[in-house]
Amino acid sequence: MTAEGAPAPGENPLVEGLERLPVPPTVLVIFGATGDLSKRKLLPALYNLAHEGALPERFHLVGSSRSHLSDDDFRREAADAVREFSRRPPDETVLEALLRSVRWVSGGFDDPATYEALGTTLDDLDAETGRVALNRAFYLSTAPGFFPVIVEHLGRRGLHECEGSGAGTRIIIEKPFGSTLASAVDLNERVLSVFSESQVFRIDHYLGKETVQNMLAFRFANRMFEPVWNRDHIASVQITAAEDIGIGSRAGYYDSSGALRDLVQNHLLQLLCLLCMEPPIDLGADQVRNEKVKVLKAIRPPTPDEVDAMAVRGQYAAGTAGGEPVPGYREEDGVADGSTTETFAALRLEVRNWRWAGVPFYLRTGKRLARKVTEIAVTLKPVPHMAFDDPSHPALPPNQLVMTIQPDEGVSLSLGAKIPGTRMQIRPVQMEFQYGAAFVSQSPEAYERLILDAMRGDATLFTRNDEAEAQWRICDPIIARWGAPSSTDRVPHYAAGSQGPAAADALLRDGDSWRRI
Amino acid sequence: MRVRAGYARVVAVPTTDNVWRERDTEPPAIEAAIRALERDRHREDPGYVHARVLNMVVLVDREWSGEIANRLGRVGRFHPSRLIVCAIDPGRRVVDALVSVAAPAEVREGETVATRETVVLDIGARHVAGLETIVGPLVKTDVPTLVWAPHGHHDAVRRLMGLAQVMLVDSVEDPDAGTALRRARGLSEETYVVDLAWLRTTPWRERIAGTFDPANRRCELSTLTRLQVRHHPDSRAAALLLTGWLASRLGWEPSPLVSGADGLQASLHAQRQDVAVHLAADPSQTVPGLSGITVDTASGETLALDRGRGGLHATIAGPGAPTQDWTLLGASRGESGVLGEGIRQALLRDPTYLPALRAAEILAR
Repeated sequence: MTAEGAPAPGENPLVEGLERLPVPPTVLVIFGATGDLSKRKLLPALYNLAHEGALPERFHLVGSSRSHLSDDDFRREAADAVREFSRRPPDETVLEALLRSVRWVSGGFDDPATYEALGTTLDDLDAETGRVALNRAFYLSTAPGFFPVIVEHLGRRGLHECEGSGAGTRIIIEKPFGSTLASAVDLNERVLSVFSESQVFRIDHYLGKETVQNMLAFRFANRMFEPVWNRDHIASVQITAAEDIGIGSRAGYYDSSGALRDLVQNHLLQLLCLLCMEPPIDLGADQVRNEKVKVLKAIRPPTPDEVDAMAVRGQYAAGTAGGEPVPGYREEDGVADGSTTETFAALRLEVRNWRWAGVPFYLRTGKRLARKVTEIAVTLKPVPHMAFDDPSHPALPPNQLVMTIQPDEGVSLSLGAKIPGTRMQIRPVQMEFQYGAAFVSQSPEAYERLILDAMRGDATLFTRNDEAEAQWRICDPIIARWGAPSSTDRVPHYAAGSQGPAAADALLRDGDSWRRI
Repeated sequence: MRVRAGYARVVAVPTTDNVWRERDTEPPAIEAAIRALERDRHREDPGYVHARVLNMVVLVDREWSGEIANRLGRVGRFHPSRLIVCAIDPGRRVVDALVSVAAPAEVREGETVATRETVVLDIGARHVAGLETIVGPLVKTDVPTLVWAPHGHHDAVRRLMGLAQVMLVDSVEDPDAGTALRRARGLSEETYVVDLAWLRTTPWRERIAGTFDPANRRCELSTLTRLQVRHHPDSRAAALLLTGWLASRLGWEPSPLVSGADGLQASLHAQRQDVAVHLAADPSQTVPGLSGITVDTASGETLALDRGRGGLHATIAGPGAPTQDWTLLGASRGESGVLGEGIRQALLRDPTYLPALRAAEILAR
């Protein structure tokens, strides 16, 4: 279509130039709508999308869980959640308009009557909307055990497709997607026996973060990095996701999950993929995901004998945080006595392909560490000959590129620079780029972006079935080894507020050291 | 010296300003003062970093500069990194300058926050002829410069065209919409223009685009038979831009609108049919911009969008189906939000504005 001519059939020339592209009319059903994730993230995200005029022009929200609520009860709970957790104070007129038509469907997720009632509610909304067909998006914000149950009931009731109306149906599945490779394969089979892969949106909310997406821009929109982005110039990579807090109220989930499942299997491996992937042809969902899967497949899962040499775990003991004594993991509310769940996991992986062979990738995550930080540190090899060697001065460390994802999003590059004076002495200096100082816009919450993308049908920032399975394939042998009866009593402890267990140093190759958290 | 408030005020976040001022001064001294204040800030706390996003140069009448300061103080996070205000007092002989570097009063450990630099220059009419030699040394290099002259000052604007990458205008400010659009078009030939009148139409454009976006509705875009745009009595330029946008996107042939008893109207040629266009002033509208839009399709369907609580109120009526109405959710940005959006848009490019402006200019002839 050109601006000079009439629109071609099937085209919408009005969308060109708009920052916010239209989203199809949608009814969003949240299973587990009064749960913690829904209250803290999903409902505030929906409000902020409404505030900005980004929701579909015809939008309905349906909540469901076992709680016996009326529509008004749900409206009140949702409004309270938005007021408490929204990133901006809500405009009450918008909030009231958003929640005016919400519906609530009470019932057990394993009860066919729930889906009968839901089907009736959706039919009513279709009838009210009339002229346009409403897409349906089902958001599974429940305990993982209910994922297959809900999917199968949706299929049995025929809610997995909108036959004849031309509308689309999507299902959004929260993490964790499985707890082992076998369970992930089983879940995929059960989900894909009802929905097609193009309807499934597996959430890894890290991918909705602006700085994570910016890794694609950083690598593929700048000429200067690609020539050194390989084994010839990069000595090692460290990916760290450290938290200074404990498990809070998540003991029920965390004690059966642990650090490896909670962060490494999904978030950290996603960061590794974005760092290592080849340039995609374009940013289409499958183009990006094809490249990520290639990276995951290039990581050979360890054999049982290799696990101890490439993976270290730990559990926090009592220590000090912010000058105050804090309890150890086993003293936290809800944690089983003698629990051997790891609250720290560190891995050394190798991406066995032409670009990365021989480069160690160190992944590390933990609770109750010294500081909250998520970062990727790429250490370059030293220059082949240092002309400035000065025995009276410490050796100049090689260049290091650090991409910080939180708390302060930015990129920093360490360079050698001359110390002012009459002698030629070099010391490292930092070239800093702070996102907050370079853009006037505020980053949206990850869930805002992901909910919108799912409603729009764009799966680029979601995990594909083979991707999820490839992630588990890497972690499965470690899970098996750590869960084996012979090794459950060998969980090293580290003091809360520290750098993690000293045993993690054993993963490091000669000359490498963990960055200080 | 450390004081509170001023041009760099941030709503709801307590800030402090480090300030330098000098009478009868020159750009090198001012520039040195900015650098010294930034160094001081960094010494106070390494968490203070100076932003490198956008310069904004504002040309104002000295006597109305307080009102502009208030408007800029309300733009929230969409503030420029360095704001240079040239307050023009015709009789003034020397340049006085006040520099402030503002930042939130408290920075949490490990956090970084961007400072906000403001330079207020009191200048006379005699300085306008060489204004670029005063302002040029004060803009941050390698970041875009946005120029805004809400009180006219066309001669001063002309002097700054060489350093401006973006001009901010508001076509509804001129009493004559045609003159405003011609002027915006003239500026567009030299630099990128962000027009606040255009930005006031954004929610309306998004919603019209959204309404006709479902696959089964797209074909109706080529069957529109009537367009009515209702607008604030002083915002005819915004209505013309919205009409120009539809004309340029849908291939309507723009022709001059004719003044009638209740507004401007014309019949524009589309490929399949003519489109009856009517622009009507709405005296009940209290804020600049549009108050409503109605479009008819050849099938007899009528879609109306009007301002309402919590967003735009949509009504659809037509043969064979009951009338429906609903709310298109969205918060009002207010005039400060529109100005903030204008600053943000200085870093973006909208390829549809210029074609819409060209069509609007013809409609206004």
